[in-house]
Amino acid sequence: MSKVSHKAKKLIVVGNGMAGMHAVEELLDLAPDLYEITVFGAEPHGNYNRILLSLVLSGEKKIEDIMINGRAWYDEHGITLHTDTKIVQIERGSKRVITDDGQAFEYDRLLLATGSDPVILPLPGHDLPGVIGFRDIHDVDTMIKATQDHKHAVVIGGGLLGLEAANGLMKQGMDVTVVHLMDTLMERQLDVTAGKMLQANLESRGLKFVLSAQSETILGTDRVTGLRLADGTEIPADILVMAVGIRPSTELAADCRLHFERGIVVDDSLLTFDPSIYAIGECAQHRGTAYGLVAPLFEQGRVVANHLAELGFITYKGSMTSTKLKVTGIDLFSAGDFIGDDTTEDIVFNDPGNGSYKKLVLKDGIIQGAVLYGDTVDGAWYFQLMRDQTDTKDIRSHLLFGQSHLGDSGHGGENAAAALPDDAEICGCNGVCKGDVVKAITEHNLFTLDEVRAHTKASSSCGSCTGLVEQIMASTLGSDFSKSEKEKPVCGCTALTHEDVRAAIIKEDLKDIPTTMRFLNWQTEDGCPTCRPALNYYLLCAWPGEYIDDAQARFINERAHGNIQKDGTYSVVPRMWGGITTPKELRAIADVADKFKIPTVKVTGGQRIDLFGVAKSDLPAVWKDLNDAGMVSGHAYGKSLRTVKTCAGQQWCRFGTQDSIKLGIALERMTWGSWTPHKYKIAVSGCPRNCAEATIKDFGVVAVDSGFELHIAGNGGIKVRVTDLLCKVESESEVMEYAGAFMQLYREQARYLDRTAPWVERVGLTYVQEQMVNDEANRKALYERFLHSQTFSQSDPWKENYSDPKKRAEFETLTTLGQS
Amino acid sequence: MSNWIEIGHLNDIPRQGSRIVEGPDGNIAVIRTQDDSVFAIHDSCPHKQGPLSQGIVFGHKVACPLHNWAIDLGTGQAQAPDEGNVACYPTKIENDVVFLSLDKVGEKTGP
Ligand SMILES: Cc1cc2nc3c(=O)[nH]c(=O)nc-3n(C[C@H](O)[C@H](O)[C@H](O)COP(=O)(O)OP(=O)(O)OC[C@H]3O[C@@H](n4cnc5c(N)ncnc54)[C@H](O)[C@@H]3O)c2cc1C
Ligand code: HEM
Ligand code: SF4
Repeated sequence: MSKVSHKAKKLIVVGNGMAGMHAVEELLDLAPDLYEITVFGAEPHGNYNRILLSLVLSGEKKIEDIMINGRAWYDEHGITLHTDTKIVQIERGSKRVITDDGQAFEYDRLLLATGSDPVILPLPGHDLPGVIGFRDIHDVDTMIKATQDHKHAVVIGGGLLGLEAANGLMKQGMDVTVVHLMDTLMERQLDVTAGKMLQANLESRGLKFVLSAQSETILGTDRVTGLRLADGTEIPADILVMAVGIRPSTELAADCRLHFERGIVVDDSLLTFDPSIYAIGECAQHRGTAYGLVAPLFEQGRVVANHLAELGFITYKGSMTSTKLKVTGIDLFSAGDFIGDDTTEDIVFNDPGNGSYKKLVLKDGIIQGAVLYGDTVDGAWYFQLMRDQTDTKDIRSHLLFGQSHLGDSGHGGENAAAALPDDAEICGCNGVCKGDVVKAITEHNLFTLDEVRAHTKASSSCGSCTGLVEQIMASTLGSDFSKSEKEKPVCGCTALTHEDVRAAIIKEDLKDIPTTMRFLNWQTEDGCPTCRPALNYYLLCAWPGEYIDDAQARFINERAHGNIQKDGTYSVVPRMWGGITTPKELRAIADVADKFKIPTVKVTGGQRIDLFGVAKSDLPAVWKDLNDAGMVSGHAYGKSLRTVKTCAGQQWCRFGTQDSIKLGIALERMTWGSWTPHKYKIAVSGCPRNCAEATIKDFGVVAVDSGFELHIAGNGGIKVRVTDLLCKVESESEVMEYAGAFMQLYREQARYLDRTAPWVERVGLTYVQEQMVNDEANRKALYERFLHSQTFSQSDPWKENYSDPKKRAEFETLTTLGQS
Repeated sequence: MSNWIEIGHLNDIPRQGSRIVEGPDGNIAVIRTQDDSVFAIHDSCPHKQGPLSQGIVFGHKVACPLHNWAIDLGTGQAQAPDEGNVACYPTKIENDVVFLSLDKVGEKTGP
């Protein structure tokens, strides 16, 4: 049922595997009508999720569970699929491919995605029935059949694939021996210590190992009966699985003299040496590397689709990969260079009694590789630090203890994802259990955190369980698929990162959202709820006084100047400067609460009063009454300055060394009304007893006898983070200058929705100190820019909204309709 | 046959924004998109009844302000993988005057 004739160009895809079909999916998104697409697959199936074959073998999944695209999908997109059909030749001159039954098909563009073949050692007896690789559905079928009437299995190869095969066969009731050439299991992913821990664990489950063993002869006449090793040992085997490696499948390239080395050589656009032929997935070799994991082919698919669609504006720069063993109950993570050399140093944590081992390899403070066994919850974090090349100097003392060692709330302190039972609650916000996450990943073939969030809601609210969810994904998929933060586009509307967009706004003088989108080739007409608020913020920050805020690009809380509550009503929080109020203000608040029948009046954690349950239509009138008593919006809803908390301080307290109230009020007067990438809180304590809890604020001041300590990037809430000490200053005027400069640095450099804590963790405390402590001129310039932008932002939004009829309309119903 | 009711002028509704019309079966969000089309949907997200009128409007979709479900304004359908549906009301614009019909299309469904 292919509706083809009007499509001018012919695209042929050889290989109906994960890489090929992912690229086709991406291409259909970009240019659904550009090509007439024909796919050839040597296997008799639709497209399936190969990595889940391990779970099919272990009986945890059925073949039908792992299909990604069935026949219907190909039909629906007008793709012609030839299954069970192998391409045996490419005629590059006439641009044709030849099938194994002799048919010829023409192409304009050819995409090779032929994957790899398992290496079969040429031992005597290797062609006996019962000797197989572990690559496709056929192999798994053969193995499962063998388990029904046979007892003994041998797996040659103690790497990832071999261990997954061995584990699966054991689960099917076989007696399994793993024969490995090296003296450590998974030596390409693990160092000796972790390898031994893994071996002990697998042995306790019933697997047998023969290490440092050279296989010599496969025994048997009609069928395999055993394996003889070089030292004469014979091991009985009714089935023998070779899992000693894979070889990129390059026969087609070799045959038509297309350049290949280990794999088919491609450039940064995945183009081979023939300008009509692209190659992706395991058969391709890019910058010297042929990958053996799924993660790289997602990026490759995106890039090749971009070029096939004749857009050609993104390139592939290679991938960093990490691995996880997909054996239920074993938590193991490795990435990068975990052995190191003379120029690197190791940090190691080893607690065999607790089954936990961690090793990080660092070079000049940058993580080169990691091995984690037992407690793997921080694997994703290390992997991110590694890919982003983050300098870990400032956090070295607690690096090994992970990102969450300071008491994350909300995930019950669990650190070992794979060892958890299915009914363990992972996401406390949304009540999602581990089993739900695993099921969603395998049933819907999910590969990214965003997809898992969309399907399960796990980690989509507070995010404290993100590390756990990433580990569950990694242990289900065998690898970490997340993208480096640095390369992450702002959203699905663009391929550009936050940094790209900000730089372009300044460099190209972009001054409103539509122009920015048009100039930067946004893929959507008017963006989405992710990019519009970000662009609005970046423009506001770049062009103070010039850019006109776009209310429709703001979340409702910032548009209605109150927090929307779960019943659709709003809260109202008037500002109380430095936490100080007066009888007059309190009376006005009481009157408003009575007049509008406000159900709940609460003292907040930020030293002020919150009125809950105000109907949207009452907001303007409530604001006016409060305004008349001298109060303005507290911005309790905004990505902006929230509060400045203060303690009693020198004025009253017997311990006080400085006037914390006066300083707090001055700070709040200076900073209120400013928009920031995320919410921003300040506190001032009058002495080191720190009653205002200044050391968990974005900017905290702790007075000491000789002056003030300035602390930055603290955080209460889910991930409690104590501030870093920025520096000490002597006078109140310096406090003001540093406070403004730090806020401006954060405003100009953090990504939208970054709190100060993750931002400072990313750029490093040292960087911030260089920018604004050591560099006086830069500090003063930052402070100047902050004060300049404040001259445009300090008008009370409440007043603006109730006094401007146009803005006020937002709060009024358009009309009321009677019964029809 | 639709029974058209005049509800206001196009310019009463901000572009990429919305206004609320109180209907006999609860609030109706009247939403104006970037391209000046006007849609009317029941002002209650199929997920947790969030007021869709308060969401960010993009393309012909609105994102619920409570949990960011994206609802298609033309069909009332939640964008996959979320599942649910909200009733829509026909609208038309004549000489910049917006009319609405209370003949609902589709019913509310959801989790
Ligand atoms: C058991 C197992 C477990 C794995 N676990 C993981 C894991 O946990 N994590 C991970 O990241 N990766 C894992 N991998 C690796 C992952 O599956 C591969 O990296 C991925 O499938 C590569 O995709 P591809 O499209 O390049 O090749 P494939 O998916 O192998 O697709 C190639 C397809 O092309 C077909 N083909 C080849 N030559 C021809 C021809 N001449 N004509 C027509 N068709 C042809 C083949 O039959 C095959 O169907 C695992 C692999 C296996 C086998
Ligand atoms: C070293 C020990 C501490 C001493 C001696 C101390 C002393 C005081 C005093 C004297 C006050 C009263 C000020 C007043 O007259 O209103 C006070 C208030 C307060 N303390 Fe402490 N405190 C200590 C530790 C803490 C700690 C550890 C916290 C919490 C992290 C804390 C939180 C508070 C708070 C929230 C207030 C009220 C402040 C206000 O309303 O402004 N204190 N403290
Ligand atoms: S921080 Fe010091 S000055 Fe402030 S209230 Fe506490 S004890 Fe008193």
